[in-house]
Amino acid sequence: MNNADKLKQSQAIVKAANQELSAHSSISHNPKRRALLGKTLAYAGAAGAAGLTGGNALAQALPIPESNRTMGRTIPPEDYGMPSKYESKVKRRRTDVFVNRQNFSDWSMTPLAQQLGTVTPNGLIFERHHNGIPEINPDGHKLVIHGLVHQPLEFSMSDLMKYPSVSKFYFMECSGNGLTDWLKPASKTVQQTHGLLSAAQWTGIPVSTLLDEAGLLKEAQWGLFEGADGSAHARSLPIKKILDDALIVYASNGEMLRPENGYPLRLFVPGWEGNVSVKWLRRIKMGEEPWNLRSETARYTDPMPNGKWRQFSMEMEAKSVVTSPSGGMTIRPGVIEIQGFAWSGNGKVRTVDVTLDGGRSWREARLEEPVMDKSLTRFRYEFKWDGSPMSIASRVVDSTGYVQPTVDDIKKVRAIVGFVQHNNSIQPWAVSSSGEVTNAQFG
Amino acid sequence: MHNLAKTIIAVTAAGILGACATSGTQKSATEVPKLGKPISEQTVALWNIDVRTKDGVGLPGGSGTVAQGKAVYEKQCASCHGPDAKGGPVFGTMVGGIGSMTQSPRILTPGSMYPYAAILFDYTRRAMPMNAPQSMTNNEVYAVTAYIYNLNGLIPNDAVVDAKYLAAMKMPNRDAFIQDTRPDVKAERCMSNCKPVNSKL
Repeated sequence: MNNADKLKQSQAIVKAANQELSAHSSISHNPKRRALLGKTLAYAGAAGAAGLTGGNALAQALPIPESNRTMGRTIPPEDYGMPSKYESKVKRRRTDVFVNRQNFSDWSMTPLAQQLGTVTPNGLIFERHHNGIPEINPDGHKLVIHGLVHQPLEFSMSDLMKYPSVSKFYFMECSGNGLTDWLKPASKTVQQTHGLLSAAQWTGIPVSTLLDEAGLLKEAQWGLFEGADGSAHARSLPIKKILDDALIVYASNGEMLRPENGYPLRLFVPGWEGNVSVKWLRRIKMGEEPWNLRSETARYTDPMPNGKWRQFSMEMEAKSVVTSPSGGMTIRPGVIEIQGFAWSGNGKVRTVDVTLDGGRSWREARLEEPVMDKSLTRFRYEFKWDGSPMSIASRVVDSTGYVQPTVDDIKKVRAIVGFVQHNNSIQPWAVSSSGEVTNAQFG
Repeated sequence: MHNLAKTIIAVTAAGILGACATSGTQKSATEVPKLGKPISEQTVALWNIDVRTKDGVGLPGGSGTVAQGKAVYEKQCASCHGPDAKGGPVFGTMVGGIGSMTQSPRILTPGSMYPYAAILFDYTRRAMPMNAPQSMTNNEVYAVTAYIYNLNGLIPNDAVVDAKYLAAMKMPNRDAFIQDTRPDVKAERCMSNCKPVNSKL
């Protein structure tokens, strides 16, 4: 496709988004669709309880399912397996809070409520691009290391894949996750409030291995990492973090990266804002100081009181969210299992507490093993809902002792003006007496 | 006899040591291939487009005027950013906002927000125009940088902008940036009789 065709395609997507917003017909906006979704996600516990008390013991025998009485489909000669057609609603979605006026510097979000383990399937890992998704042939792709090193080096993809690899489970979160929902509940679903979050098993090479080969000069205190995309996206990173655990990654969840996630090569910086994990990595340059690029000054910085801006705030602090029940769902009285994710860019999840009364009282949730460093941890908490209105939320404490704050806590020290990054506040969901779950984030 | 015994002991010891050394090597497995192809800085010259914006290290030769920049802007930028960089169908304004940093919202433009003038050059050269990035000459990038800063009232109409000029410019927002000292928020793990998550709950 040439640029004109790509532009047309993008305009069609933006137009469709406009129509969807104005017609309020998106899955999260249409009450009928929403009710349907709620029913689909109805809790096995509640259904089970109703079955026990319903007195339907004399119900008709279950028919033999049609699938028991027919031959299944055969294995095609070659195939890349896809999800069942009945799961077609589980998709990445662009924001429905506002219409981005173009589709090249854009993002799409992970359906967290439908993510059932602690790993995000490759086709659902969130996206953020600054000038579209490049199509890169790995045979021609090069990684260059230069600047303050003894010997500048060039690597081909086949070179890189011959190095001893490591595979690590890590979450990845965009610093802009939740930026529409600081002061008012703009987003309807957890996909919209928290979906710039994913997790995977990432496979690649420690950056330090390749820097050792090039030979770091002692003046090399920062590195510039640059992508081969149409924005030549670049970020500066301090040497301590680069050598500590940064990886040059070519695979996620057991297969080569998807194009939208950096194929064939990306940087991965565990626990730090996704923007620094530069995709389509082509160049590493070592230097004495940070470069102070646009993405390190005008963007990805935090407004602070008195007109100040906080810079290079790259660790993603501890955060948690209830994914079920969450915005857009409908629940019924009975046993409810609260589920959600907790994570910290500064270590492991230590505890997660859950509230049912808007934060007046809290009780400790169960953590599902394994609880890993800088990874998603699932938590669960069961209770019997009697049908009275309630407000649900979760709060994580990480291995450093850091406690997840409320928006009010954060507002005491930062200026929440405009599109503000690094929102790790507690997310409340309100449940009405009819069981409808809505976003209750008011700052 | 005596010497033979010594020899046997020595051989045995060497054998044990040898075995230790072998198992140590197997465990550590630190052998890593070295497959990088040595290159020179000249090899990477066309990729080496970054500017250390604080002092302008990396800015190339060339220059541009405000008038030349207006022509470049109208051809390459106006369709998205609008006439006079006041905002267009795709992106918002790139002028004004100086003095807005203590207001809400803060108006973020190259003039109001960038602490260093060379940021605009670096970003424009690497990423603009969006439909043909890295297609402009260095002179064109200098010129359009001059035009945008002129519209922001930061440089005169007759300015000729080059590497030296950008490195010497003092931007209004230069001293606004502070380093990360988080954790800045200290929440407590209250379990009962706590303050609600927000005032509406």
